[in-house]
Amino acid sequence: MIDIQLLHKPLSEQECLDFVKTPDTGGIVVFVGTVRNQTKGKTVVRLDFEAYEPMAISEMRKIAEQAVEQFSLKKISVHHRVGTLAIGEVPVVIAVSSAHRKAAFDACEFVIDTLKETVPIWKKEIFEDGEVWVSATP
Amino acid sequence: MNLKVLCFGITRDIIGQFEYKLSLPANASVADLKQHLSTQFPGFATLKSLRIALNEEYAEDTMTLNENDEIVLIPPVSGG
Repeated sequence: MIDIQLLHKPLSEQECLDFVKTPDTGGIVVFVGTVRNQTKGKTVVRLDFEAYEPMAISEMRKIAEQAVEQFSLKKISVHHRVGTLAIGEVPVVIAVSSAHRKAAFDACEFVIDTLKETVPIWKKEIFEDGEVWVSATP
Repeated sequence: MNLKVLCFGITRDIIGQFEYKLSLPANASVADLKQHLSTQFPGFATLKSLRIALNEEYAEDTMTLNENDEIVLIPPVSGG
């Protein structure tokens, strides 16, 4: 019912989508995060992601379990990537299925919002003239 | 007691290494560890927040440390 993966290779949106399909599903929502080419007007060259891997997986699983219960999901798949990502590449894919669409939309938003607050994964933005750990300092 | 702390993200830059070894009195707490770090490394004052994980779970400041704990510094996360 729950598929959590932390991967060192490109993610497959299709794999997440396929995992959550069930005969009693009425709607599937997929969130795909992508690496943007700028932050506050500065050109981003690439992003480096790192994770405290065992805890990142267990925290993603906790969020997924909560989402399944809170939104009565049929299935959920959360894949997150680590390593160096270029512009346009995909660091995260979240797919959820439920009997009705509203729960799926709400669940998807809950999962990405909570993931960004609690899962021990960090990204460093690399600019042409420097680098910065995102959100680390005010 | 002798402790080993793993440093992720910006905390590795502040401390200058991934594995940081230190000694604290027996029964020291998570808050004591944070106090030690901010005294030794002024860079911690620049962080929005610092959480400590003990054995793969977020720890409260009042929790007691043990020598065989896996202690990890969790600066503000930025996944997704």
